[in-house]
Order: sequence, then structure tokens, then C-alpha cells
Amino acid sequence: MLLTLYWAFFQVGLFAFGGGLAALPLIREQVVVIHPWLSMAAFTDLVTIAEMTPGPIALNAATFVGNQVAGIPGALVATLGCITPSVIIVLILARLYSAWRDRPAFMGVLSGLRPAAVALIASAGMSIAILALFGEGGAISLHSLDLVALGCFALSLFALRKWKPSPIVVMFGAGLVGAGIKLLFRLP
Amino acid sequence: MKATKPRLLPLFLSVLKISAFTFGGGYVIVPLMRKRFSEELLWVKEEEMLDMIAIAQSAPGPIAVNTSILLGYRLLGLKGALVSVLGTALPPLFVLTLISMFYSAFRANTWIAALLNAMRAGVAAVIVDVVWTMAQNITKKRRATPILLMAAAFVAVWFLKVNIILVLVACGLIGFVDASLRARKEAA
Repeated sequence: MLLTLYWAFFQVGLFAFGGGLAALPLIREQVVVIHPWLSMAAFTDLVTIAEMTPGPIALNAATFVGNQVAGIPGALVATLGCITPSVIIVLILARLYSAWRDRPAFMGVLSGLRPAAVALIASAGMSIAILALFGEGGAISLHSLDLVALGCFALSLFALRKWKPSPIVVMFGAGLVGAGIKLLFRLP
Repeated sequence: MKATKPRLLPLFLSVLKISAFTFGGGYVIVPLMRKRFSEELLWVKEEEMLDMIAIAQSAPGPIAVNTSILLGYRLLGLKGALVSVLGTALPPLFVLTLISMFYSAFRANTWIAALLNAMRAGVAAVIVDVVWTMAQNITKKRRATPILLMAAAFVAVWFLKVNIILVLVACGLIGFVDASLRARKEAA
């Protein structure tokens, strides 16, 4: 059982290109379709929980499934399976990086990848900003604009640019202020 | 802050803290790692950090895990890589094991739900702040190719929904061609 769990998450780690969100369809394939470990409803909850808890989404999902299937040993094994391919492949890439860093051709490739990395983070940021400001529905209109969230967003950004506080303080601050206002005035 | 020598314990504690308190997965964790290791601790140069992020995104597996392996390896070799991946994986193991035990109570709590929703505005602000700084570092060199690549990669990923791997391969190739053309021009 533990071996099956390890192998299932090994495959998730090996084929998930593009980070945790890209891993979710692969996890669904492994834990709902191939193995009868979770129902589709439980899987949907898993996605929500993995996204709203801290840490890498794929590891959160692996720990949760592992726990549900085989308790704490299951969680350990699923996490290890998910990490193993990364450790092997990335260590090889890291060696190549330190060996080739000074070669013009490799530098050229990296000079193209750097702006792409910024663009990828920007587009991930856009999806989070839209979710934060317009809610789950995904409709972008003045009607669905969440004014409390907009205020928290603007204040957080201002504080970050001006005083460079720790991001963790900013995130929790925004959460406490936003949730406080909403619960106090019974806003949706 | 003055630069100190990289050591295992601060490396472990830094990644542990980032993984334990960062909501939103790899795309939020990686910018925070950049802030911690290249802005606060000054252990890696901004450019190197961007290289590592680009490599981490091109490899399979969770991006936060890949970045922490690269970072650990670059700073303290194989030991560093293992310590760093351990620091990244421990918080999800702990938190998700707890949540999976109290799963239904956690899900129904209105305070937790409101807090998590409101925190998204802060998360969005943190990413915008990070992208702002990273984009400035690209544009301040005043070279056309990286700026155009950044804009084109964003349009491709955000508006055209092009596959991320495809975008990274294309940007790497363009960077390679651009660098070879410039080298030839300088030689002539």
C-alpha cells in the first residue's frame, strides 16, 4: 500500500511541469481515477484546502491524500514520492548551471528565461488579484468588485513599496483587517 | 543589512518560515525566497536568483521545492540542498496532517473562511510588489530584447493561455539566438 502511494506521487512529481497547480490534474488522475482513494467531492475539498493552507500546493495535496489513505506514514511516503524526482532532476540541473554559467550560449538561454520568469509570476499574480478583488465567480465588473478587498490591496501595496515590511506581516494584516470589517458589518 | 556567510541553520529556518507562513503555493513562495535570500540576507545576486527561478520552472515538480533545492545547492552544496528541501517539506507535512484530522470542523468555521478570503488581497499586493521590483531590474538595463520577451511572454501566458513549457523553451531559444547575434556583431 505504501509503495503504491509512493509510486503514485512519484509520477505526479515527475510529470508536473509548471508547479503545484499543474500537478492537480495529475493528482486527480492518480487518486480518483486510477486508485479509489478519494471521491471527486473529497478531491474538490482537497484542492481548496491545499490552496488555502500555507506551503507548496502539491506537497499539501500529497500530505492530505497520504493521511486519508494510510495515516501519518502515508503522508510521509506521499510527500517523499512527490519530492524524489525533483531532487534528482534539479540537482543535475544545478550542477550544469554551476559548470556552464560562464559559457556565452548558456548565458544567452538564461537571459531569455529571466524575463519569462517575471512574466510567469506576473500572470500568477493577476489570477490571485482577480480572485481577491472580484471573488470566486470570475466575472470582472464594477458590480462584483469587492471594495474592502480593494482597500486592503491598495494599503498593502502602498505599505510594501514605502516601508518594505515583511510580506508575512502584510498578508496577515490584510486578512485580519478585511475579515474584521466584513464580519463586523456583516458584509458578504 | 550586511551580508553574512551562508550557514545551514539560518538556511533551514528561513525556508521553514517561508513555507510555513506563505499561502498560495510556489508562485508566492518563490518571490518571498527571492526577497529573503537576495534582498535581506544578500546570499545570492538578484540575477542568479532569477536564473534559479527560471530553471526551477523548467523542471518538473513543485516550483517551491525545485527553487529550494537549487538555492540550497548553490549556497552549501548537497547538504544545503537536502536541508533546504527538508525545511520546505516539513511545514506542509505538519499543517496538513493536523487539518486532515480536523478537516470538517476547519471547513465549517466562518472566521477561518473569512480570514483566508481576506488574506488574498494581501497576497496579491505582495506579488505585485515583487513583480514590480523584478520588472524594474529587467527594464533598467534598457535593452530591447528582454523587455519585449517579458511583455510577449506575459501576453502568451495570460491572454493566449499558451503552455508554460512552450513559452520557456521559446524564450530560452530567443535569448540564445540574441546572444549569438550580439557576439558575432562584437567580433566583426
